[in-house]
This record gives sequence, C-alpha cells and structure tokens, in this order.
Amino acid sequence: MKPARGTGGPPVLLIILGISGLAVFALPLAGLLARTPWAKLGSLLTGDVVTDALGLSLLTSLAATAIAAIIGVPLAWLLARVDFPGRTIARGLVTLPLVLPPVVGGAALLFAFGRRGLFGQPLNEATGLLLPFSVWGVILANTFVAAPFLVITVEGALRNLDQRYEGAAATLGASRWTLLRRVTLPMIGPSLVAGLVLTWARALGEFGATITFAGNLQGRTQTLPLAVFVALESDRDAAIALSLVMVAVSLTVLVALRERWWKGF
Amino acid sequence: MAASRMVVVALCALTLAACTPSVNGELLVSAASSLTDAFADVETAFEAANPEVDVVMNFGSSSSLREQIIEGAPVDVFASANTSNMDQVVEAGEVDGGEIFVTNLLQIAVPVGNPAGIVGLEDFANEELLIGFCAEAVPCGDFGRQALENAGVTPAIDTNEPDVRALLTKIEAGELDAGITYVTDVLSSDGAVEGVEIPGEFNVVAEYPIAALVNAPNPDAAGAFVEFVLSDEGQSILASYGFSSP
Amino acid sequence: MEGLLGLNADFSVRREGFRLDLKLSIPPGRTVALLGPNGAGKTTAVNVLSGLLAIDQGRIELVGAVLDDPGAGVFVPPEARRVGVVFQDYLLFSHLSVEENVAFGLRSRGMSKESSRTRAGEWLERMGLLDLARRKPGQLSGGQAQRVALARALVTEPDLLLLDEPLSALDVSTRVQLRRGLAEHLEQFTGPRLLITHDPTEAFLLADEIHVIENGTITQAGSADDIRLRPRTHYVADLAGSNLFLASAHNRAVDVHGHQLQIADDFEGDVLVTIRPSAISLHQHRPEGSPRNAWLTTIELIEHLGERVRLRTGPPLPLTVEITESAVVELSLSEGKEVWVAIKATEIGVEPE
Repeated sequence: MKPARGTGGPPVLLIILGISGLAVFALPLAGLLARTPWAKLGSLLTGDVVTDALGLSLLTSLAATAIAAIIGVPLAWLLARVDFPGRTIARGLVTLPLVLPPVVGGAALLFAFGRRGLFGQPLNEATGLLLPFSVWGVILANTFVAAPFLVITVEGALRNLDQRYEGAAATLGASRWTLLRRVTLPMIGPSLVAGLVLTWARALGEFGATITFAGNLQGRTQTLPLAVFVALESDRDAAIALSLVMVAVSLTVLVALRERWWKGF
Repeated sequence: MAASRMVVVALCALTLAACTPSVNGELLVSAASSLTDAFADVETAFEAANPEVDVVMNFGSSSSLREQIIEGAPVDVFASANTSNMDQVVEAGEVDGGEIFVTNLLQIAVPVGNPAGIVGLEDFANEELLIGFCAEAVPCGDFGRQALENAGVTPAIDTNEPDVRALLTKIEAGELDAGITYVTDVLSSDGAVEGVEIPGEFNVVAEYPIAALVNAPNPDAAGAFVEFVLSDEGQSILASYGFSSP
Repeated sequence: MEGLLGLNADFSVRREGFRLDLKLSIPPGRTVALLGPNGAGKTTAVNVLSGLLAIDQGRIELVGAVLDDPGAGVFVPPEARRVGVVFQDYLLFSHLSVEENVAFGLRSRGMSKESSRTRAGEWLERMGLLDLARRKPGQLSGGQAQRVALARALVTEPDLLLLDEPLSALDVSTRVQLRRGLAEHLEQFTGPRLLITHDPTEAFLLADEIHVIENGTITQAGSADDIRLRPRTHYVADLAGSNLFLASAHNRAVDVHGHQLQIADDFEGDVLVTIRPSAISLHQHRPEGSPRNAWLTTIELIEHLGERVRLRTGPPLPLTVEITESAVVELSLSEGKEVWVAIKATEIGVEPE
C-alpha cells in the first residue's frame, strides 16, 4: 500500500480512529476466547443443550431466509416497479423492523398472532394452530426481524437495474415470467445473494423478538442466542461454548460467501 | 461501619438543628425483579430520609444481577430473591454475608377469569395447557420446580421465561394458561392476573437476602440503605406489597 | 400500395410533454434511416415499433398484420411481435454466454435447448463469432458485441429489423471498419430495415432512403442526394454542409459523380470523401498557384448565418461553402453569379468505405 506521491500517506488521525474501530469489533471476541474453557470444550459442545440449540437455529434461520425469499422478492419487485398508492408507507413498514427494538417486534407479533391476538385467535379457532411457543413462532419472529434486509437490498438492485435489458428480452419473445427468471433475477443475482446472506445472519442472531413471541424451551424454541442468554446465568462455560459455536458458524458462512459472492460489495 | 454511623447519629443528636444528612451521592441498588414495585416505594422513602442520596435501581433476575456483580459492576447493594445467588456472590468475595430481609411465598398466576380452570399444581402436568415457568437459574424458576417436586407433579412446560416479569406479562396477555410466581407479584399486578393458592405443604418459602457490597463505591449510603430496609419503616413498606418479615 | 409486405406505420405518441408523429413505409429489402439529433424521438420510435411503448393514435402494420391500432383496440405486445432489434449499447445479457445470448430468442419462443443451440451456432458461424461462443459479453470488443447483438436479433428471423445507433458505441477507428461489415450483414436480411442514427455518414452509407427527424416530426425525407442538395431545415443544411460523397479512388485522384478531384494520398477503390465548407475558397478569377482543384460554377443559394455566410454552388460538383460576410462583399457575390471554386488537395478528407 503505497500512498500517492504528494498526499503524504493516510492521516494519522484516520489510522488511530480506524484501528479503534477495529478494536471495538475484535476485543469482545478476544474476551470470549480468553474465558473459553478449552479443556472441556469438547464435552460442552456435544451436550444436548448445544446440539438442540444449534439444530434449531440452523433450521429456523434457514426457513426464515427461504420464506423471506419467497415473499420478499415479489414485495421488492412491487416496491421497485409498481407505482401504487401508499407505496411510500409500504416501504416504511418494511423498514420498520430494522429500527424497532426486537422486543417490541416480539410484543407486536404476540398481539397479532398470539393465542388472544388479533389474527392469532381466529387462526387458532379455525385451525388449532398456535404460533407462540412453537417452532413456527420462532420462524415467524426471525422472518419479521430479518426479511427487511432482503427486501431492501433487492429493491435497491431492481431500481438500479437498467430496464432496457428487460425490454430487449421482451423483443426477443420472452414472456414476463421468462424475462423475470432468465434476465431480471440473474442480473440482480449478487444483490439477491447479499440480501439472503444478511437475512440469514440476522435471523441466526435473533433474540429479542424470539424470546418475547416464541418463548424459550430447549429443543422447541430455544435457539442459540436464547441458549447463550439462559446459560450465562446458570452455566458460564456452556454459555461460552455456545457463543463460540455462533461465532464459528457465522464467520465460516460470511467469509466463505464474501470470497465467492461479495467481491463487488 | 455501623459504629461510625452511630457516632454520626450521636453527633446529630447533640447538635440537633444543625444536623446535616450523613450520607450523600449516587447509590446503585441491584434488586430482584420481584421487588420492582416494593423497592420503588422503598427508594422514595429512603430518599426522603436522605435527600442527598440519589438511589438508582437496577432490577433484573437475581441470577443476571449476580453475574453483573461478579463481573465487576459498580453496585452498592444487592437484594436477591434467593439465598443461592447471594451465596455465590459471597463466594466470589463481593459480599461478607447477606441478611434475610423478607420472605415470600409462591402462588399460581393465571389470566383474569382463569380461562383454563386451573385449580392446583396437578394442572401443570396437563399437556393441553400452555404452562410457563421462570428459567431454572432464576429463583422463581428454582422454587417453582421445588414446589412441583413437593407435589409430585412433572410439569409440561412450554416456555422458560428469563424473569418473573416476562412470565407475568405473558400470563396477563392470556398467552399462557398458568405459571408459578410469587404471592407478591399477583398482589402487585392490580388484578391483571389472578392467583391460585399453593397448599402450604408444597409451597416453598423464598428467603430474600440483602447485603452491601465489599467494594461498594458508596459504602456509607449502602450501609444506610440496608439498615433502612431492615428498619420498621422499610419492613412496613415491604409488608404492604405482600412480603413477610423473616 | 407500397410495401404491403413491409412496414407501414403512421402514428403519434405522447410522452411527458413530448410528441412523436411518424409516418413510415419500408418495403422488404430496403433500409430507411431515421436521422436526427439527440432528443428528436428516435429511440421512442424504436420503442413504439418494437412494442415497448403503445401509440396513442394511428396504426402500425407489419407484413399485412396490424401490430398496434388503438382505434380498433389492437395491441400486439413485444414478445408476440416479430421485430428484431439491435439496441443502442447492444444490451447483451452479461450473465449469459455469447451463444446463450444468441439462443435467447429461440429458447423464449419455445425451441428446445438442442435445436436452439444448433441454430445459434449457425448464426455465430455466419457472423464469424464461433470462437467466442463461450465468452461472456464483458470479454468482447465493441465490434464483436455488435455482431453478437445483430445475430441475436436476426436468429429469430424477424419480419422487421430495427438498428438503434448500431455504431455509436464504437470508437472512431473501428466505426469505419465496422460500417462496411454492417452493410454486408444487412444485405442478408431480406425484410424491411430501419436504421436509427444521429450520424449523417452512417445514414448516407447504409440507407436507401433517409428520413430526417427533428422534435418529434419528420422534416424531410428522400434519397441521400435529395437531403444533401436540397436541405429544407437548418439542421439538414448543417448535416448536408459537411460535403459528403461516395467516390471511387485511383492513385491520387477520386471520381466524384464523374468529376475528378486531386487528393493528397494514394487510395484505391470505393472511398468516402468529405470536404469542410470552410476549406473551400471562392475567387473572381482562375486562382493561381497550389490549388489543383479549381473550376468555374455559379452561386445557387446564399444564406446569411450572422458573421458567416453559407453558399451553395451549382454543377459540375455541387458544394456547400462557408465564407465570411466581408468576403461576400469583396467578391460581390449574388445568387446566379459565376465564380471560381478552389480546394487544396490536402483539404479533401478521404477514408476507405
């Protein structure tokens, strides 16, 4: 890294602040590693609390990501391409979970989809389905909190996409579905992947909305973050082991995807 | 420490009109969340008696408060909802020893109108019902499990809430059919939840210890606060919330 | 009726304060150029004819079938029209290979993967692109991309070919070279062809007929010579003023419409000759000295453009000349008056066609 001649290199203040920024992210991880009981890590990681929470976290975060893709991409398309009344409000609603404290989101989900909730009660009476305290509740909470990342990323990509390409595909005989499938989606591919990864990462780390809406029961609703929270007060070593699992899983996926997909970001 | 305050009190008595408050500054009290309402009143009364002191309350589950203290949080006073959390703080050398200041009893909390028709601990085995508990590390979770064990009931738990307040919120909302909380919680909910008695032979007496921390940033005020809680005035405030004197 | 099997369009379309009125008839095998400045409505015309934009009034017919007629409630969407388009910037799909780009139209119209590959391969071979079949558009030169775009548009055997500024994405040096190639490829398409361009050279060289479009209307239509010799608007006059001729060269001379001009370098065969109007000098008597190109003619038209004056001279080689107001006074020039024209050989631009 050679600074251009005459610029005198990066300013010292910038270096100090930049390194401080890195420290904010690196030091907590160092703290975690320093407290890790390496000797009994093996037995901790194979305990049923850890394996239950890891399995549940993977299942629910991936399910939430899949649901986000299925409903989020069409929503992003509507927001980007269709000029309907109230579009600005709709866009605001999508962004809301990003700024709302997750606990508030969880409470709102409870009031909407709880057993006594606005929609939860008729749903329960009609089908017997109960979302809170169930795996579906975890998935719903994850989707609510995490899907906005996908919608916003994909909407931005669709807005930036040169629509003339879709016109070109149409003149070549492509139906609207064909051009969506063979032109639009592939062309926003990198953004779509980035949105999915962000969504998945957010869902994996989701805590507040989950514990508020879906409760906390090992094997059913206790995801990794919940297990860490509970274990912190009962079994510190187990909590650290769980935290390490989270760090390892997240880091592995993010680094791998960054190498492959995020070059341009 | 108590002796030195006795001297101050004595001096006050001697000088009478010119007596200034003996303690001042900020006082951080970490108290179990089941004490939330009662300690808010205690704070008001204590500050009235010691206008130079600003009491800051930090409510949470006793287990999380314990962790904060052991990790070095600058706490002056710790009021726990069970003795085991206090014992661990003593073990860590943060406290010389706690003093039991109140006791509390368990009660089954149900939503208004008791829609599931809960009559006793035996209902907790019903898979059909939505049963909530405090997490095991939290005193109300620990005591609740003891009570069920006493009654020989294996509970069908649907959620382990992080503290008693979270559990009460879900019972209040009708999302849970029943949960085990303290008598004081049901009383202070002002009718938002209803109580179902737990027979004395199964019930567990929760003992609440309080202590000033060894490394309290404001030791004088900490001592004064503990003394106030143990005083007749403090005890009568706590009694009005359903707590019993030890 | 002319061009029953070609394109017949007569329509108007309004877009945000802009209105395009266009009347066009292109018989099969003929190339019409729509020549005009930016913002004249050229791309709107492409969008209308390809079906990306519906017209407000009028009618568009291709090979006898109605594509768009709001009065009759007929509108054929782009995917159902048989219109091949070479877009400005080509718009090749960057995530697909060259071969997949060319096969796209066939696949979209329901052809099997195998047959569409075979057909795409034939076109790639015809365009000399077979070696590049597996490449992505990002790895192509401008000229290669243009040929891929042309193959992609032609492989579906459309009834109409639209070319929107097919050369403007290229740098000047490759443009000359590719213009000739494009002319050859256009010959292979037997349907009506519409070339959209802002470059008069391109229009003069590639089209049989030129329609000049300004501010959404056709201001003049005709052959290259019609446009060049009888400009009806300032824009056309400016275009024509560039003195552009197709000529044949031999050694250091070119033959322009039977008139010999001396040039500075050796050339052979068909060439494009350009003479800047300000590089031509006018004299009362036969000029002496270096200019080897000099002849007597008459002034046909004088046009005052502020400081400068534009004149049009008569046979044997009609030219647009620009001189200063004072020169007009000095030479006491007027329409119908005889004058000597002189051009230095070095002032005559020659490029191979």
